[in-house]
Amino acid sequence: MVSEKTFDKLKILAESARYDVSCSSSGTSRSNSSGGIGNASAWGICHSYSEDGRCISLMKIMLSNNCIYDCAYCVNRRSNDHPRSSFTPQELSDLTIGFYRRNYIEGLFLSSGVLRNPEYTMEQMIAAIKDLRLRHRYNGYIHMKVIPGAGRELILEAGRWADRLSVNMEIPTENNLKFLAPEKNYESILKPIRMITENIRENREDRKKFRHVEKFTPAGQSTQLIIGASDDKDITVLSLANKLYRQRSLKRVYYSGYIPVNGYDSRLPALASPPLKREHRLYEADWLLRFYGFNVNDIVSEEYPDLDLSLDPKVSYALRNPWLYPVDINIADPMMLLRVPGIGLNSVKLIVAARQHSRINSDNLKKMGVVMKRARYFISCRELGFSQNVQDLKPEVVRRILLSGQKPSDAFQLKLFTSTVHPTPALT
Amino acid sequence: MNIFNFDQTFEGLLTLVFESYRLKLFPDMIMGRGENQSFLFSDPVFIPTESEKAERVWKKIIEKTSPTNGNRIYIAFQSELPGTPKLIYDYIKLMTDTQQSIETDFTLPPVMEITRLFNKVAKETARVRMFTRFQQTSENSYYASVMPEYDVLPLCIHHFTDRFADQEWMIYDLKRDYGFYYNLIETERISFEKLPVNPVNGQLYESFHNPEEKQFQKLWKNYFDTICIKERKNYKLHRQMLPRRFWNYLPEKNG
Repeated sequence: MVSEKTFDKLKILAESARYDVSCSSSGTSRSNSSGGIGNASAWGICHSYSEDGRCISLMKIMLSNNCIYDCAYCVNRRSNDHPRSSFTPQELSDLTIGFYRRNYIEGLFLSSGVLRNPEYTMEQMIAAIKDLRLRHRYNGYIHMKVIPGAGRELILEAGRWADRLSVNMEIPTENNLKFLAPEKNYESILKPIRMITENIRENREDRKKFRHVEKFTPAGQSTQLIIGASDDKDITVLSLANKLYRQRSLKRVYYSGYIPVNGYDSRLPALASPPLKREHRLYEADWLLRFYGFNVNDIVSEEYPDLDLSLDPKVSYALRNPWLYPVDINIADPMMLLRVPGIGLNSVKLIVAARQHSRINSDNLKKMGVVMKRARYFISCRELGFSQNVQDLKPEVVRRILLSGQKPSDAFQLKLFTSTVHPTPALT
Repeated sequence: MNIFNFDQTFEGLLTLVFESYRLKLFPDMIMGRGENQSFLFSDPVFIPTESEKAERVWKKIIEKTSPTNGNRIYIAFQSELPGTPKLIYDYIKLMTDTQQSIETDFTLPPVMEITRLFNKVAKETARVRMFTRFQQTSENSYYASVMPEYDVLPLCIHHFTDRFADQEWMIYDLKRDYGFYYNLIETERISFEKLPVNPVNGQLYESFHNPEEKQFQKLWKNYFDTICIKERKNYKLHRQMLPRRFWNYLPEKNG
């Protein structure tokens, strides 16, 4: 079964798929059915890491990299002269199973260029994942791309077999999309997103009433935004992501720093290197939105429309709002603990549990995994109670200290801490 | 100085706790796996394992805290790190000597230490689930070599049994010289005198491979190399996420 041709196809079609960032395999918990192969674990499992440091969980592959569209930012655009290839649905499902049985991958992420028309493309993709589910009795994870323009029937069918569906928005604003991808339109992207959301909600209601109703897209939907191919500000990107999370119940929004794959197209900015730092900060901000109880306007605003690239968004927030600090570790509301730089979700859990038994000191915090290098300026707890916090030092000074990446120099420290009252040993 | 030794099983350690209370003899030191130094002034007391006594201590742990916590202690024990038996002893003692549950009082050093140890072992368990690579054999069954830092293979078996239910497989820990074999019905622990495996790369000898096996490994390596975006190369992150000690057994990092 494995021939020279398989090698060529895999290379061409993986190369075309690698710019999709989504790799998550979480969100579905499903045991193997009797006699079948595969299961899905709720937290997702990565299986390798490529040399760019990205996790490899799903086999990310295109069914075909032929495309009738000519989007400026896309490596597979019609006018690019590069090798084209296609898998048949069976070839693809056999290869997936071969990898899965060897524990190379957690499942399949299937995407495709647009062949003939969106309907035909979706039919081919569905044939591949259906073959996996039925012929191979495969119960592992499947993420399938929805081709903008495909109708309701096909989306419903895809959601029967896939764990997750996604429609890539790519460009955050309508005007910029029109500029870079004149053949696409905003509505043809928003429509399937809306449709998937509605179907997921309906399905959830139906399943409450009738237990035999099959699950529809149990791991929800996600999307991807390309960062830096258009002039959209972080506030635009994050507001859009926030809306997608709150109103459309998306599971994930991925941010993909633009890599100049089509340097010749003058509509695109000339970048010396992909905006990886900005992408990283956006992910941090995304986490704050989803898990830390932050609102978009806590993170970016009219006054600060872009994230600070040199400091993480939580530190930036804290330095802009010094009057909220120091936070008393032993009594503060958990939501406020989450707003302390250097304290993460796990540490908050440990702190909240432990302080019911005894008072917590900075040594305890360190052991709990709190990054004291950052947290120390924003908290008070037993022996740190009298030390210098962001209010005493002023935000500009803390900013400078954090940026220098080290403790204040000795002389500086001496001056800063002359007024410090050290608690007597008996008290600590 | 009271020095205790036991058969290095979890049951043995629980028996040791029971006996220490019964004899009112509290250890200053408990010998761990592979520790066999001799002592100048005292001989280690060896406590033989008794299931019944172990069972009573186990029930006490669960009653005093929770089943989850019992499981956490067992997982921490699998670390085999020096000092672990004594740490677990101290933890159980603290638990039995305190009126209310100390399970979440992370200001107490043994509680935090057990938690950290648990996290370490849990992480290694996750990595074995991630980085185990099966090779298809000439008999169409699947074989994988592993060499985890801690003794975590037993903690992964449920996962592999559920996932690969329709293929016959074996996973073998070359460092501890035992493994698990799944025969399409149940999974059992096994040991081999001699395995037809190259210990350097964990590969079965070629004659035991399915004719397509090498091709699949090449395909996978091919995919692995292709999926990397050159403009984003981040070797430091790569090494941090995929530690070197796993590379030998990964086809994508070999050949």
